[in-house]
Amino acid sequence: MVKRLAVIDVDLCVGCQSCMFACNRRFGEAGLARTAIFVQSVGGFERGFVVKVCRACRDPPCVKVCPTNALIERKGGGVRLDYRKCIACGNCISNCTIGAIFWDEVMKKPIVCTYCGYCVNYCPYGVIKLEEI
Amino acid sequence: MEASNLSKILYIDLSNKRYWIEDRSELFKEWLGGVGVGIKLLQEECPKNIDPLSPESPIIFCIGYFNGIYPLASKTIALFKSPLTKNLGESHAGGRCGVAMRMAGYGGIVIKGSSEKPIYLVISNEGVKFRDASALWGMNSSSTVGRIIREREAGAGIRAIMRIGKAGEKMIPYACVNTETFRHFGRLGLGAIFGSKKLKAIEIFGRNSFKIFNPKDYRSIYDEIYNAVIKSGAMKKYHDIGTSMNVLPLNNTSSLPCKNLQFSKFEGAEELSGENLAEKFLGRRAACAHCPVSCIHIAALRIPYENEPYFYKTKMIAYDYEPIYSLGCMLGIKNPEGFLKLLDIVDELGLDAMSTGVILAWATECMEKGIIGIKDTNGLELKWGDYENYIKAVKKIVDMENEFYEALANGVEYASSIYGGKEFALAYGGNEMPGYHCGIATHIGFAVGMRHSHLDNAGYDIDQKINAEKKIVSIEEIAKMIFEEESWRQILSSLVVCFFSRKVYTPEVISRAFSAIGINITLSDLKEKGKAILKEKYKFKIREGFSFDNIRIPKRVTETPTPQGILKEDDIRKGIIEYKRLIEVEN
Repeated sequence: MVKRLAVIDVDLCVGCQSCMFACNRRFGEAGLARTAIFVQSVGGFERGFVVKVCRACRDPPCVKVCPTNALIERKGGGVRLDYRKCIACGNCISNCTIGAIFWDEVMKKPIVCTYCGYCVNYCPYGVIKLEEI
Repeated sequence: MEASNLSKILYIDLSNKRYWIEDRSELFKEWLGGVGVGIKLLQEECPKNIDPLSPESPIIFCIGYFNGIYPLASKTIALFKSPLTKNLGESHAGGRCGVAMRMAGYGGIVIKGSSEKPIYLVISNEGVKFRDASALWGMNSSSTVGRIIREREAGAGIRAIMRIGKAGEKMIPYACVNTETFRHFGRLGLGAIFGSKKLKAIEIFGRNSFKIFNPKDYRSIYDEIYNAVIKSGAMKKYHDIGTSMNVLPLNNTSSLPCKNLQFSKFEGAEELSGENLAEKFLGRRAACAHCPVSCIHIAALRIPYENEPYFYKTKMIAYDYEPIYSLGCMLGIKNPEGFLKLLDIVDELGLDAMSTGVILAWATECMEKGIIGIKDTNGLELKWGDYENYIKAVKKIVDMENEFYEALANGVEYASSIYGGKEFALAYGGNEMPGYHCGIATHIGFAVGMRHSHLDNAGYDIDQKINAEKKIVSIEEIAKMIFEEESWRQILSSLVVCFFSRKVYTPEVISRAFSAIGINITLSDLKEKGKAILKEKYKFKIREGFSFDNIRIPKRVTETPTPQGILKEDDIRKGIIEYKRLIEVEN
């Protein structure tokens, strides 16, 4: 079953960053350098937050700009990154329409959501959810 | 980098616009971080008897091993010499600075010197950028300053922006530093020191990843802490209504200082209660970095323009118990809109909300008693509940419009030494009193606490337990409890975890959390270190002139009944002497 991370109601987000830290913990590390989900304020806390994470597009723009075919289209939507092929050019980052591909400071390569849903366990407000496509 | 490696101190010299980084791992190994490392740095950097507003007077920011690693480790501590009390200045803030410092790779930041022109700093793992802040100096609103820096600089989503308002620029000794618009380094005047250095703001950001000694244990203890916070209800109070939850219970037990503590019950408590504010005004909730609790409660206040029909502005104003006490109950303001408007201006100007409220309450009582007149206030009538005039008064204080407002701008201790009314000038050690009148432990706690703050040792919490259980506890026992609590809190503020999570971060949990990141520290080590840090802090406080022997206890405190009845000054003094003995014996 193909899954993706859905943002259910961004107005419930309090900007606690627990999802960001959870994503980084997948690697057994603490911090924010390797997170594939990103929360930022709309322009000050008072106006609320936006959650940036791969929405698993069908026909993803990032795939089209990858010069080495490192980004592989997933059946049903979304992508998988083959790190061995990736030359870290950053084209995918600049061409993701919603800004949901990030830079892994440890690998020095792009990082994109793998739709594992680990972060969902750390969102007590129900902002994000893993759903079937 | 390893999570067990916290060693870099960033030194910034504002006079010469240069910076350098030193490895001080020995300090962190011995003193953990936060206040522990901070006090050692302050002892190193702060010359004896220095004028707190001189260039040589340092600002120290410190975090600890848990920041960025474990949840609720969201605090940063600041140490400095206080321009208000002239001894130890200590202030803690949430928001995003603690995590941002860790992610930028620094355990501490030491700021020295003074800039000729206004500047702001941008700190990241690439070092420090010195930016011109001339255009930001003198702005009426500190949130505008935040917005401009937000738009100009990188780091969206992962940064902290500390800044001062006009009060800091004018070096008012109880000016605070605002961070992320809604959190503050309040109390004791860090904002004034920023102002004296022409330092308008500091942005910090970074994205680090830390290798963990034992990832499996790490994830498991992480989950244990996280779940304890989310599922156990240990923090429900802060989560639901926020700290303003305290208003009604304090009022119901006659522990809520009102109208300059002429009363310990407030007829407007319902209106200003957390429950009522949430129902009528709560517009949004927000959280500090890496904390799922989201105790930050922001009111949305819709204000019509008087002369423009169909024009409104909506102000977003964060409220907590302490400002409700000081700018609401203490001033007899029942109207929640009025209270929020007053809080908003205090915030925009960058004053400490607690000090400001207590000072205005003293001034109001002085006017009531005829000690001052409208000649002194430039025609402004100060009377309980009149928030419009209080808003005007706050602006006059920051502008130091005349001698009287200049006196108010120097704190209630100073103002009462000029005008009189000392017996109802509510300050301990020169710091305006917090909002609890629960019994004797509360006031012993204020008197002896490092910052004379309720959070130093939570004497009020001891009283609340004693009162609920109707226990009789000797003054010696109370002093001992205060001492134990204040010692332990040194550990929490060396990690640096939020005090609200104190029931989750037990000594045992802390020890296991350390072990997962490869640091072995036993329960008794932790307790010993807490006492040692406390001792180091008192050393500095006493070096700068503090003495347990001449603490002024405002007469008013012993006139208005607490749930334990009328307190006796002699009993409070007994507690102070016992606490002093414990500090000396235990060390």
